[in-house]
Amino acid sequence: MHLSERSATDLVAAVRAGELTATACTTAFLDRIAAVDGRVNAFLAVDRDAALAQAAAIDERIAAGRPVGPLAGLPVAVKDALCTADLPTTCASRMLAGYRPPTDAFVVARLRAADAVIVGKTNIDEFAMGGSNENSAFGDVHNPWDLTRAPGGSSGGSAACVAADMAPVAIGSDTGGSIRQPAGLCGITGFKPTYGRISRRGLVAFASSLDQIGPMARSAADCALVMETIAGHDPGDATSLAVPVPAYTAALDQPLAGLRVGRVPAHFGPGLDPEVAAGVEQALAAFEAAGATIHEVDLPHAAYGIPTYYLIAPCEASSNLARYDGAHYGVRAEPGGGVRAEPGGGVRAELGGGNAALGPFDSPLVEMYCRSRAEGFGPEVKRRIMLGTYALSAGYYDAFYAKALRVRRLIQQDFLRAFETVDVIAGPVSPTPAFKLGEKTGDPLAMYLVDMYTVGTNLAGIGGISFPCGFTAGGLPIGFQLQGPALSEPLLLRAAHQYQQLTDWHLRRPALVP
Amino acid sequence: MSLTRQDVAKVGLLARLALTEAELERMTGELSKIVDFVSQLGELDTSAVEPLAHPLDTRNVFREDEPQPSLSTAQALANAPRHDGSCFLVPAVLGETGAA
Repeated sequence: MHLSERSATDLVAAVRAGELTATACTTAFLDRIAAVDGRVNAFLAVDRDAALAQAAAIDERIAAGRPVGPLAGLPVAVKDALCTADLPTTCASRMLAGYRPPTDAFVVARLRAADAVIVGKTNIDEFAMGGSNENSAFGDVHNPWDLTRAPGGSSGGSAACVAADMAPVAIGSDTGGSIRQPAGLCGITGFKPTYGRISRRGLVAFASSLDQIGPMARSAADCALVMETIAGHDPGDATSLAVPVPAYTAALDQPLAGLRVGRVPAHFGPGLDPEVAAGVEQALAAFEAAGATIHEVDLPHAAYGIPTYYLIAPCEASSNLARYDGAHYGVRAEPGGGVRAEPGGGVRAELGGGNAALGPFDSPLVEMYCRSRAEGFGPEVKRRIMLGTYALSAGYYDAFYAKALRVRRLIQQDFLRAFETVDVIAGPVSPTPAFKLGEKTGDPLAMYLVDMYTVGTNLAGIGGISFPCGFTAGGLPIGFQLQGPALSEPLLLRAAHQYQQLTDWHLRRPALVP
Repeated sequence: MSLTRQDVAKVGLLARLALTEAELERMTGELSKIVDFVSQLGELDTSAVEPLAHPLDTRNVFREDEPQPSLSTAQALANAPRHDGSCFLVPAVLGETGAA
């Protein structure tokens, strides 16, 4: 087996045992990136010299008999929404082209302290807004299973780089499905832990009450290994949970017998691709055959997940992205600097009802803001900022934002009630397998619906894991999702791992051809 | 159309986004469609439901009031489009459009 095809668990053990150097391990993945990323476009930045220097330093310490961290020599790719002090952090936006953060994100610092080797930054939908990775300002990512198809998003580069063996592990973030959906479409394992389980410090904020960092890897066992390093309390993130981190890898071996698995009949309704439905039903049968019991449960408000999410996430985004003002960092358009846009399209806006602003451009400062943001942001980011600003504006706040927060509670209560009778809820991760690049770009609303099975997890703040459970006749991976209550990480990782002991879908490799 | 061009123009200014004529046109149609779609939440009676702004029940998380290391001025200014070594530079807050 080629080095780049070995699991993270295996690579870490080999480095620890002295059978493999960190340098050889890192070189294998860097060479793989150089060989295939021209076709996939999963990486926005790779610093070969820095990665090899880091690996060499680890090898020196091992040779000298000095202690090394639990992930010593493990190459890790990081979604370009997480800050890295030694690599650009762009969020795949022109707004942040060339931006160098002053510090590492908490997760990146933890990885480095564990002696993992950061090999590069992965492509994403701009500011993590999208479900296909087609909103990147730096080019589409191509799905390794069919290069004419989307890898999903927003962590599309992280999913594609693991699928194509360019990294054994990648870090993603999930606001409405951005880890689980691309993992499903690329045939890998993606884990979205409970909200607050991993510090968000240094993750560029999209929707702060929904954003969650998590690992993406070939297997649940590899996700568990990385979780032990990146999970935990951070005083620098007031929303990170001060709860001890269990030994996730130690819990993997418990069998499935007795596990109560919930099946939501509505998840198999209209809109679900028949091949995906068949693959998911087959996986449910495998859980049952292994001793789990299947129970029908109802999530009565699940159908309201998408409209709820597409109010709350844009509202939070419009507030979070106000920081891109052309003054502190990012794109700055100077007055008269060749920017064509006009405020409000040249229409003089009438403002009142508590909205203390005047237009167009009541000062050179406001003009600079408006033009800088027009230059820096792409169409989907602008759309979401506009939607959020509208839903939060005077006269609409109660009808839209406050209404969505109330429905959010109903959605959370549905999950709490369901978890009184089942341990996990199982179903599809996306309604279809990977779709063609360009297929949905003309219709924002159609793109939003790809998140229909994943947004509930984020709205409720619970955990979810997705992994492959089969392939379509056309050779595309089919994703399976398990959702579990808050802090059920050991259970979710173990259930996915046990399924992966019975099946080999997660070990299949794409041919990297159209 | 649940939103007019005028509505979208106003929101563009509130959001500090300069929109071109073409963007304004396209955005009016797209936002109307999305707003119509999310308006289905109106079907639900939520009069007895408390809003849920955040999934965690934590509130008022305090730390010890002790000075912590923070960014130096040079670090804070390192990515600034314009600065003078100690401050961020911006166009005039008051004054005529384009007079900066």
